[in-house]
Amino acid sequence: MSTIRDDVLPIVHSDDVVRVRQQVRTQAIAAGLGLVDQTKIVTAASELARNTLDYGGGGTVRIETIVATSRRGVRLTFEDKGPGIADLDQALTDGFTTGGGLGLGLSGARRLSNEFTIDSVVGEGTRIVIARWK
Amino acid sequence: MERIPILKLGRALLVSIQVDIHDRLAKALEEDLSEKIVATSAKGVMIDISGLEIVDSFMGRMLDNIAAVSRLLDADTVVVGMRPAVAITLVELGLSLTGVKTALNVERGMALIGVGFIEEQDGEDAPEGDHEHHTG
Repeated sequence: MSTIRDDVLPIVHSDDVVRVRQQVRTQAIAAGLGLVDQTKIVTAASELARNTLDYGGGGTVRIETIVATSRRGVRLTFEDKGPGIADLDQALTDGFTTGGGLGLGLSGARRLSNEFTIDSVVGEGTRIVIARWK
Repeated sequence: MERIPILKLGRALLVSIQVDIHDRLAKALEEDLSEKIVATSAKGVMIDISGLEIVDSFMGRMLDNIAAVSRLLDADTVVVGMRPAVAITLVELGLSLTGVKTALNVERGMALIGVGFIEEQDGEDAPEGDHEHHTG
């Protein structure tokens, strides 16, 4: 598998969420994703970037464009050193929120991705990896 | 602080979101619109989102809120110009925006909220409903 582009962006201000969306869009196009797939991965990125900011107290996202013979796509890794998530099942339930939002961020991002993994340790932080393949 | 312009046309308020906007700007629009509805006695609000490449849960909730608030202030809201890929993604995200009226384009949107924005010279192109004519 070859990664043709690999960037790490900070997520510290709400303006950064906009920059993450733009960068994910650029790399989704470079990976050859179609318009609907681009829209899905950008929307998922927006949800997770906002979570990183609002719940994780800020963090980073690594954006990888992957072009391999078997598959092409975009992989995103969101990391924060926030409070962590105690109950992952609950956090992944539609409508569950601790922050006054709609509670669709995590569950929605999972539905919009082909791959979704989440690791969270209370008191240490959260790491979410998603991917959308062509 | 930057703001999204709100245009008044007849008894309607028009907003066109042309570029990707951050959350604070979206919240500001929500507040500005409710104030402007009261200040202008507008009967309809049309929000053009044809420039938006994505609508996430935050923006979706904002559209829902604007529709709900304007209803309380006696104005109808219609969202026009949603891109097909955005609609597909919103539904998969879990947001179907049931509280928001939508139309495919500006013309249909204006007809839906029952507010004519330009009086045709012959007066025949005004939308149906309780629209008031001011011809002559």
